[in-house]
Amino acid sequence: MQILEQSIVFEPLPGHASPTWAARVDAQALRAFCAAVHAAERRLVALWGSDERDRDAQLGFALHAAFDLAEGLVCLTLPLSTENPEFPDLSLPFPAAERMQRAVRDTIGARPDAGDQRPWLRHANWPADYYPLRRDTPEVNGSRYAASNEDYAFVRVEGDGVHEIAVGPIHAGIIEPGHFRFSAMGESVLRLEERLGWTHKGIERRFVGMALAEGAKLAGRVSGDTTVAYAWAYSQAAEAISGAMPPPRALWLRALLLERERIANHLGDLGYLGNDVALSFGLMQFMRLREDWIRLNAQVFGHRLLMDRIVPGGVAVDLDAAGAQALLAQGRTIRHEVRKLKAIYDEHAGLQDRFLTTGRVTAQLAKRLGVIGLVGRASAQWWDLRCDHPCAPYDQLAPRISTERNGDVAARVLVRFAEIAEALRLIETIISEMPAGNIRSEVRSSADRRGYGWIEGWRGDVLVALETGHDGKIRRGHCHDPSWQNWPALEHAAIDNIVPDFPLINKSFNLSYSGQDL
Amino acid sequence: MFPMLRQILRTGIVSEAPPAADEDLRVVAQRLSDAVARQLGRALVIRHIDAGSCNGCELEIHALGNPYYNLEALGIKFAASPRHADLLLVTGPVAKNMEVAVKRAYDATPEPKLVVAVGDCGCTGGIFGESYASCGRVANVIPVDVAVPGCPPTPLQLMQGILAAIAPGKADRAAKG
Ligand code: SF4
Repeated sequence: MQILEQSIVFEPLPGHASPTWAARVDAQALRAFCAAVHAAERRLVALWGSDERDRDAQLGFALHAAFDLAEGLVCLTLPLSTENPEFPDLSLPFPAAERMQRAVRDTIGARPDAGDQRPWLRHANWPADYYPLRRDTPEVNGSRYAASNEDYAFVRVEGDGVHEIAVGPIHAGIIEPGHFRFSAMGESVLRLEERLGWTHKGIERRFVGMALAEGAKLAGRVSGDTTVAYAWAYSQAAEAISGAMPPPRALWLRALLLERERIANHLGDLGYLGNDVALSFGLMQFMRLREDWIRLNAQVFGHRLLMDRIVPGGVAVDLDAAGAQALLAQGRTIRHEVRKLKAIYDEHAGLQDRFLTTGRVTAQLAKRLGVIGLVGRASAQWWDLRCDHPCAPYDQLAPRISTERNGDVAARVLVRFAEIAEALRLIETIISEMPAGNIRSEVRSSADRRGYGWIEGWRGDVLVALETGHDGKIRRGHCHDPSWQNWPALEHAAIDNIVPDFPLINKSFNLSYSGQDL
Repeated sequence: MFPMLRQILRTGIVSEAPPAADEDLRVVAQRLSDAVARQLGRALVIRHIDAGSCNGCELEIHALGNPYYNLEALGIKFAASPRHADLLLVTGPVAKNMEVAVKRAYDATPEPKLVVAVGDCGCTGGIFGESYASCGRVANVIPVDVAVPGCPPTPLQLMQGILAAIAPGKADRAAKG
């Protein structure tokens, strides 16, 4: 099969929840393919590296790139030489590739032939030649290395009256750690540079050697607020490897959990966005609704955040008639309450004044940067896996995509409101039309197989790529968070805004630190 | 303005919600409030530090501020700086990249200070364990007074953990009910 009229011959990968294609390429073909993807206005999903030296002399190291094309998920593998593992810089067509390339360099020691060469996940806390994802890298305890404060080469803005403001890694609120370096003129932001990687805790190395069934728990903790999406994506990948088919009822329950996760996060965000413009009324109301929502999660599914409910082969909990009634009743209440709160947000002049035009990412900029997910949809980027490549049961639910054009805080708020309404509708349909039957089938690992899982989480699409070794254990597990694509856009969104508006803009993106730090 | 007031009136005070369902919460909240008044005689100030968590624990710490748990009403406040804090609430395994920052925050907190390690990760390193990138449990990096297990711990468990830190004797009794 050919894609985008390129000479590459793609193989369909069997057993995937939505169409998935793979091929091995050389550097030239990869470059040409990227140009074609860009020209077709499609996008790069993820980029990661692996060490194949112990398995395939031909491969050495490998660079993997996954793309979202009309045909489905398309995965290319570029073999890299053992002596000089260098790969083409892909950041020109896909700006978001830059940090992923730096992470590839930090983790397996293969580098892009151009572009930013600064470390990303590695701060100066372990040796530069300790590559955690090389197969022959020994396990060490971090206490062996002295922790230090790295001297990171931030880009400086020169000029009369330009001053720098450094924030983090520990922030003032209850949020994850990251470092933001503002260059400001008076109150106005000229430039923002992010330095992330603080919560890098070695997740991908942790996957190595895990049993296929075991890895779901770890994937579900890449970003706790997205645990359902990761567990589902992981399970899809594991099921593709094992050839297991989750029962239809399990798929419907997964969608129910995913939509409940989406609503829980949107409710929290809408509260905090109100709070950031001094409307603590909004915070308290939405936090109350969120608490009601996740308490019912605990009651019906056994976990407030729905961790470990999705497992390879199906789901861990079923829904009984009483549970279904409780969920439906709650859905009606929440719809009614959110509608009232939306009217209040809509009419609140002070709030609208702070939301409108703040932190703007124009549609044009969003397209150039490859912004995705919720933030992308608020800037007229029509990406939503549930609509573009619907896996079951979304293929029967006809979900409606929610988009806005303005790309400001207000637009991101509106998309959240619209997505809550749509998710409530989906939940009703799911509960009333869910097929009966088993909720779990057996998953047996299979040696030397690859599997991919791809799910539209509340922030955007998460990808899990898995590969098993000779022993059927996980050989390489890569988890990709949509925050990789959207963090660079936040740097742009802050420009020309005042520094005190940054927390509001940041909250309106609400990106994951842990999800991209891994 | 009027829709907002109407909403506030209609919602009422949910922190006094159904006593049956929230009996545990009511007891812990009462003990916590008493302990803050007795042990400190003023507000207890908490500084949260994410040392490398998956952000799940943060969601439950946020929930402490919602009208159900209403921590502020018990005399407990979250501060923006460790310099104003009595107690550090530390989540996650300590990522190697956060080691220096966590130690600095600890040093910046005035004596006497309490540290509550939050979640399975904070207690043991959790699923992430120890590695080149993770120092494991919080106690491997700074002294810890109380560790609250759970993945993530519920808001109620967090409140019990805070209570255990500020009034050790009382907390044992509270835990037994
Ligand atoms: S204890 Fe669980 S929820 Fe908390 S940081 Fe660790 S993995 Fe996340």
